[in-house]
Amino acid sequence: MQIVIVGASRLGCRLAQQLATAGHKVAVVDPRPEALDQLADDFPGQRVVGVGIDLDTLARAGAASADVLIAVTNRDSANIVSAQVARQKFNVPQVIARIYDPEAAQAYRQMGISVFCPTAAGLEYILSLVQGETGEGEV
Amino acid sequence: MYVIVAGGGKIGYNLARTLLAAGHEVLVVEKDPGHVRWLEDRLGQVVLWGDATEVRVLERAGAGRADVAAAVTGLDEDNIMICRLAERVFKCSRVIGRVNNPQNEEAFRLLGLTYLINSTKLIYQLVEQEIDTAGLIPILTAAGGSLEFVQEVLPATAPAVSRAVKDLRLPERSVLVAVLRGQDMIFPRGDLILEGGDTIIAAAASEAVPALRAALLSG
Repeated sequence: MQIVIVGASRLGCRLAQQLATAGHKVAVVDPRPEALDQLADDFPGQRVVGVGIDLDTLARAGAASADVLIAVTNRDSANIVSAQVARQKFNVPQVIARIYDPEAAQAYRQMGISVFCPTAAGLEYILSLVQGETGEGEV
Repeated sequence: MYVIVAGGGKIGYNLARTLLAAGHEVLVVEKDPGHVRWLEDRLGQVVLWGDATEVRVLERAGAGRADVAAAVTGLDEDNIMICRLAERVFKCSRVIGRVNNPQNEEAFRLLGLTYLINSTKLIYQLVEQEIDTAGLIPILTAAGGSLEFVQEVLPATAPAVSRAVKDLRLPERSVLVAVLRGQDMIFPRGDLILEGGDTIIAAAASEAVPALRAALLSG
């Protein structure tokens, strides 16, 4: 599969590394060159310096032929806009965005975007630990 | 009208001030707490501290009853997200987004946002207009815009240089009004020979300005 990852965050870099190791063609987009340096020296994928909502940047990262786009910068707005642009402009079949704000996550899910919310997941996990409801504490 | 202004920077602050002066109800949403105080000192208690890309903040701002939401922060992705949330979640009837980087305008349009403020593009268009009517600089219009006074310094290489005014093929509906040469002001007659560096002031019907330019500057 061809995968574009927007945001060389901790999550973004790890995803890129593992997906590339699994044999996928991966491109990582981030405006900060130093963030891209967190990828291993032998990272076989493409490093693209640029903003993930910029059409030229996404095109350079191969969005037009990508199967998946994953937007995991540390800002909700950058993630959601990048995901929506990828879908509207480049018809990327699967777009996934990280959204920290649970209410916004809900709203975007209703607009048909795959959204995951670390805040909601963390909330659920911690509550289950504190209140001991499941005893397992897994999310 | 109730207007939510997201982003209290130069544009947001002045927009809010103007709206307030016109008697509208305004709320500015600003995420920098230090700047919130700055805004409150100037605008009064019409500022909400918060990040307008969050649904809860928009809710607290009363987005549900807002007539207009204007997203004018310095970040394009924030402006897009605020517009989308105001429109989709809060059914705001008019949302306006500021485009900071002209390259992002297509992203705004792709996501269905149509009321956009793109100051770079506006200024560019004005500059283009200026260049288009010219190299002649418009100095005055009269008769409802149908008569234009224009001015231009003749470059040494212009085809009109070293020629007599009567030999120029000026469009019919135009006339050279004055030539400024150093300290002299000359009212040009047919036998005046133009020189490089002359400042030409001409009057022309607006539709004749391009032909006038051609006659003076591009031969």
